[in-house]
Parts: sequence; structure tokens; C-alpha cells
Amino acid sequence: MNSGLIDGLFVFMLAGFIGFEVIRRVSPLLHTPLMSLTNALDAIAVVGAIVLVGEHKSQLSFILGVIAVIAATSNVVGGFLITDRMLKMFKTSRPTKP
Amino acid sequence: MTANFAGNQTLIEVLYLIASVLFILSLKWLSAPKTARHGVWAGEIGMVLAIAGTLLHHGIVDYKWIVIALVIGSGIGVPLGLVQMTAVPQRTALSHAFGALCVTLVGTSEFYLRTPDVPRFMMAVLCMEVILASLTFTGSLMAAGKLQEVLPQRPITYKGQNFVNLSILGIAIAVAVYLVLHPGAKQLFPLMIVVPLIFGILMIIPIGGADMPTVISLLNSYAGLSAAAMGFVLNSKLLIIAGALDGSSGFILSVIMSKAMNRSFTNVLFGAFGQVQAAAAAGKEDKTVRSATPDEAAGILAAANRVVVVPGYGMAVAQAQHKVRELYDALTKRGVDVRFAIHPVAGRMPGHMNVLLAEADIPYDRLIEMDDINGDFPQTDVALVIGANDVTNPAARTDQSSPIYGMPILDVDKARTVMVIKRSMNPGFAGIDNPLYYMDKTLMLFGDAKGFVNGIVHELSGNTH
Repeated sequence: MNSGLIDGLFVFMLAGFIGFEVIRRVSPLLHTPLMSLTNALDAIAVVGAIVLVGEHKSQLSFILGVIAVIAATSNVVGGFLITDRMLKMFKTSRPTKP
Repeated sequence: MTANFAGNQTLIEVLYLIASVLFILSLKWLSAPKTARHGVWAGEIGMVLAIAGTLLHHGIVDYKWIVIALVIGSGIGVPLGLVQMTAVPQRTALSHAFGALCVTLVGTSEFYLRTPDVPRFMMAVLCMEVILASLTFTGSLMAAGKLQEVLPQRPITYKGQNFVNLSILGIAIAVAVYLVLHPGAKQLFPLMIVVPLIFGILMIIPIGGADMPTVISLLNSYAGLSAAAMGFVLNSKLLIIAGALDGSSGFILSVIMSKAMNRSFTNVLFGAFGQVQAAAAAGKEDKTVRSATPDEAAGILAAANRVVVVPGYGMAVAQAQHKVRELYDALTKRGVDVRFAIHPVAGRMPGHMNVLLAEADIPYDRLIEMDDINGDFPQTDVALVIGANDVTNPAARTDQSSPIYGMPILDVDKARTVMVIKRSMNPGFAGIDNPLYYMDKTLMLFGDAKGFVNGIVHELSGNTH
């Protein structure tokens, strides 16, 4: 149990540093898509909810799990969709203008 | 995790590992517009792998309801992915609320499944998860409501507000501490949800519309941290990684936004915004302004070599971005160098103005960030301000008594000529007078942004042969 916790803290620390270094380099131009993308990725919480629904250990955990899966899935689908729509709009002037 | 299923378990962990790598690559590719869409694809593949891996989990007996919930969720997600670009801030706030809802519900279920046999550290993380997620849930709903303008945008403040808010948060933390010491105290757990839910609402009440970019970023960070805490509870490294990435992203954006709004770092961390409501009822009686008509403005613009357009949220409200694009085309055709100066808080969330201009087909290499363009204003013939006010106010540089003193601004006052499209001389959102409007080189273009820009475009195209 304790080693799992320490492992988790190591992972959290490393991911935090990677996140900081990677996201620092994201151009301010793309900060809105950045937020909608991280939002979609964050909805990976859906995996925890799926297990709750699938295991059906109690009526409460099942019902809350179903709602949680719905909420997180809407974030996954909506988040990726809108991020891609936004990124498609960003074009340079070079190919079109002489 | 029994030994007989070790093979399956290893496969699941490998899929999660690949998903983690794809998530990190996803954000890395987002750093530049050229590779950004690969980032979305990497994220999507990672997500599919992670969900597929989860379905292999040996304890899962009921697939029917998983599929039903996934289908309903997708059905809600699609319209949320198709909203107008002006509505992206409230959509984002809403999705923070959904994410937080998921984390709250999973945390609650885990508590009731495990109590009273919860190790202390696990209970502490679980409490953190539930507190952060539930306050993010109501806080984000409030933010979405304010952005959608179903709730009043004005900050609502009262005496002792910070004391009340901190006390409520204190109650939640006290309950959490008690639960850590007595993990069997089931009857107290609902308090751990309800109290932060109330705190989330109270936290957003004193926040005004202009502070929304900071608030959204902060809620983004909270949502990420709560998901990471959930990763500790479920012992899922994938969740810890995704949560840490989201948390640091929100954190970085909060810091950038707070710097752009000239707010201190502690101000951001404790969410104490909306304090600068100083009614700057400065006398503007006998100061004179010069105004111009669309054809005069068109003449000056056509004669210029370098033009910098400064768009503000007023431009988006007037839905003028497509007319601005026509203006850009007309001037570019005449050989005028047109660029756009983007203040970090132009718009209602970080980077919002870039998206609005990109939607109007304005090439992104013409959108220049504040720090990169400020040095160019002295060589700029015309600075055209459309629907922006406080971010161009030179008082932020010079007047120590101004409520916005110290806020980084776009130095439009250094351009040779300044043109400001504005409805009237009424002071803007924050109620602060802008000395820029009374300068000799400033021409006020009174009217609706869309109509006025249209007038200029009309004059310009009328004069081409």
C-alpha cells in the first residue's frame, strides 16, 4: 500500500514537471484550444467511472457511476470535437497571399 | 488484482502506459499551429486505448450500462463540441463542471464502498478529491452562468465576504480532518460534498466579467488536481498523469492571466478577485476629443504603411470580426501592412481573441502577442482600436492613482495616429476614464463597430480602380 502511494507521488511529481515544461512552450495563440484539449484529456477520469458501473458493487456506486460516465464522456467527445474545429481555423497568410 | 488475471492486468497497464505517452505528445504537438491537429489525434487515440483497456478489467460484469452511458454522454458531447466560437468560454466552464461532477461522484462511491476500512492517507486524498471537485463543480456552473449572462455579471460583494467564505472552507477542512481520523463516520461524509458545493457558489459571486479569464484557468487547475487526487485513490497512474498535466496547464494559464491583469499571485491562489471596483469618477468635463467619419478614417488608413488593429471583446460582441477581415483584405490589397495586437486578456478566456479572429479567416501569423508588438508601435502609422478600452489605457503606465496602474497594456498611444471605434464617450466596463481618447493624435470614430468598419471598407473599395 505504502509503495503504491510513493510510486504515485513520483509519477505525480514527474508528470507535473513534464506538464509545466511542455505547456510553457504552447504559443499563447493556442491557449483556448489548449484548455479545451486538456479538458478532454482530463476526462480520462471516465475510466474510474466505467469500473464503478461495470463492477456494480452497490446500487449507489452503480447509479453515481452511470452519471459520472455520462458527464465525462460528454467532455471527451465535446472537448476533442471543439479543439479540432478551432485548430482547423488557424491558417497562415503565406500560401494564399502572393 | 488476483494472480489469475495477471496477463490481462499487464495488458491493461501497457495500454494505459501508451495512453499516457500519447497524452504527453498530444500537448507537446499543440505547441505550434502546424502540428497542433496531430495533438488532437494523439489525444483521441490515447483516450480510445485507455477506455478499451478499462473494458478488459476483470471485475467488469455489466457492459450494457457502460455502453448506454457512453452513448448518452457522446450525445451530450456532440452539441457541446459544435457551439459558436463566441460561446467557447461558457462551454469550457461547463465542461470543467462536468469533469468535476464525474470526479465528485466517483470519489463519493469509493468512500461508501470502502468505509470504514480506509487508510489515513487514502482518506486524506479522497477528502481533497471530493472537496476540490465539488467546489469546482458549482464554481464552474456559476462561471458558465455569468459568461452566458443568465447570471448577473457584476461582482456582488458584501462586508466580511472573505471571512464568510474562508470560514465555510474551514468547515469543510475540519470535517475532512475528522474523517481522516475516523474513516467510519459515514454520516459526516455528505457534509464534505455539500459544504464545498456552497463554497463554490460563494467563491464566484464576487467575481466580475472582466476577471473571467483568470477564473476559468483557476477552475481548470482545480479540476486537474482533483482528477490527480482521484488517481491516487484508484491507484491509477494514467489518471495521476492526466490530472497533473491538466493541473499544471490551468496553473500556468492562471499565472499568465493574473500577470496580464496585474494581480498578485496569492490573489489568484485564494480566488480573491473583484476588489478593484474603485469608482473612478474622474472629471471628463471640458476635455475635448476629435472625431472622424468613415471616409476620413478610410483615407488615413489607405495612406498608411503600417497599421496595427487592436481588437477587444467589444468587437466580438458586435460580431464585427468578419467585417474586420474585409478591412484587412482591402488594406492588404493596397499594400498596407496590417497586423493585430492581441492582449492576453482580450476576450473571455485565455487565447479567445485569437480563435475569434482565426474563425474570421485572419491568418494567424498576423496575430501578434503584446510583448512582441509593443516595441513596434512607434513605427506604426495608425493604431486602430476596435472594442478595446482598458488594455489601451496609458494611465496604467503613468497614473499611480489609477485602479489599473501597473497592468501591462498595449502601447497604442505611441503610434503616430490612433483611431478608436467606440459607441460613445461613456467609460467602459471598469468605469475607468481613458486619457488616450483626449490625445491630439487620437481620432474617435463614434458608432457601432460592425457598421463603422463596414463604412470604412465601403470607402476603400469605392476608391480602388
